[in-house]
Amino acid sequence: MTAIRILVGTRKGAFILTSDGKRKKWSIEGPHFGGWEIYHVKGSETEPNRIFASQTSSWFGQIIQRSDDGGKSWTQPGSDGAADAGGMPQGESNRFVYDTSAETGKPLTTHQWYDGTQHPWEFARVWHLEPSLDDPDTWYAGVEDAALFKTTDGGVTWHELAGLRGHESGAGWAPGAGGMCLHTIVLDPNKPKRIFCAISAAGAFRSDDAGASWKPINQGLHSEYIPDPTAEVGHCVHRIAIHPRNPNILFMQKHWDVLRSDDAGESWREVSGNLPSDFGFPIAVHPHEPETIYVVPIKSDSLHYPPDGKLRVYRSRSGGDDWEALTKGLPQEHCYVNVLRDAMAVDSAEPGGVYFGTTGGQVYASSDGGDSWAPIVRDLPAVLSVEAQTIS
Amino acid sequence: MIRVLLPLHLQTLAGCPREVTLSVEGAVTQRSVLDALEVRYPMLRGTVREHVTLKRRPRVRFFADGEDVSHDPADAELPASIASGEQPFMIVGALAGG
Repeated sequence: MTAIRILVGTRKGAFILTSDGKRKKWSIEGPHFGGWEIYHVKGSETEPNRIFASQTSSWFGQIIQRSDDGGKSWTQPGSDGAADAGGMPQGESNRFVYDTSAETGKPLTTHQWYDGTQHPWEFARVWHLEPSLDDPDTWYAGVEDAALFKTTDGGVTWHELAGLRGHESGAGWAPGAGGMCLHTIVLDPNKPKRIFCAISAAGAFRSDDAGASWKPINQGLHSEYIPDPTAEVGHCVHRIAIHPRNPNILFMQKHWDVLRSDDAGESWREVSGNLPSDFGFPIAVHPHEPETIYVVPIKSDSLHYPPDGKLRVYRSRSGGDDWEALTKGLPQEHCYVNVLRDAMAVDSAEPGGVYFGTTGGQVYASSDGGDSWAPIVRDLPAVLSVEAQTIS
Repeated sequence: MIRVLLPLHLQTLAGCPREVTLSVEGAVTQRSVLDALEVRYPMLRGTVREHVTLKRRPRVRFFADGEDVSHDPADAELPASIASGEQPFMIVGALAGG
């Protein structure tokens, strides 16, 4: 019997939505961590009941929460009272300290600020948590200011993979409107040492040595809003997605433009085609059809709501260029919500399910690949992230 | 015993009431009170003061006996009313906006 678990992060807590494989009736549980911003909640690839959550506050900082029972109970890893070397109790799951040592990274202390001056690197929060494909204790964290961290002990301690931030282009990275965040982490199931990540507003990067060294993979991106539209870095990539059967094919929603790469990011071509707007945040791939992709067009970077007040998911069955509007069950008038970059996900049930959450607090589900939609819940706080787990 | 008042978000994180009581040995200072708080509630490490530097987080303020002591040295002794438990040491999330 298949069960579906949807993990939802919002501005004011986390929610867990569950259903059986039919996906018609849902139970809604939460809020967890009420009042805190939950940027991301995601389950382990190997132990589905292990779930990590990024709990954050501009006042009180970053907390990493972990559940080992499917979200029924939560702990902060490393906060069990054991003493550290200084005699103080450990409480290190929220300790994200940039590595500036000469041995493992470069002592990089500034990046470009909005006004072009140099600005100190300052940790703000964890945007995205990505589990290892084969080890429940190994996770990656994408943070603001942009850097990649890793834990190999279940979230007790985190260390930076400093080669990324230490890339020679690092001092030129600049924040996007939402801050300078590393928001996308994609692991290649065929190449265990290959990691993709994306940063706003630096662009996409790839490592082929498990995160030790990185190269920008932005050839073919064109961004009119930066001084050099085809620069090696500086692009505001919003999201990258792959299908696990074809990990050399990447799909990207950029600030403007939807793109694809057929060579693991070495080059990109635009596939926006007939979209009503090619601005947007999330992009997702159908669980069983590697060339079927989904985006949610947004009118512009200034307006951040759908064109014509109509909430439409667009689907391409050809990996881009040709798109169809999916509207059944979605509001087609007076709708001015946004769908954020981490707020779309797919399950792996039959037929494939697609989910997204809005800044208006709705979580919509489709159990037929996007042909029709229905809200699971309508009145949550603004949704920041949605992840789907298919549990056998 | 030292009385400490916590803001709501830290109460929910630590699973504790608004007011907690702590035993502090030696001089009663911001540092010794916060050390004792973190010994009791390890999950609060990094939330009131930064990891590594142990500096007060920018949007957190401390009040003692009606006075804002946020900018006082961490090792300065707190008022006698705090040390005696007559008054609580308040940890406050700074207000932003209206």
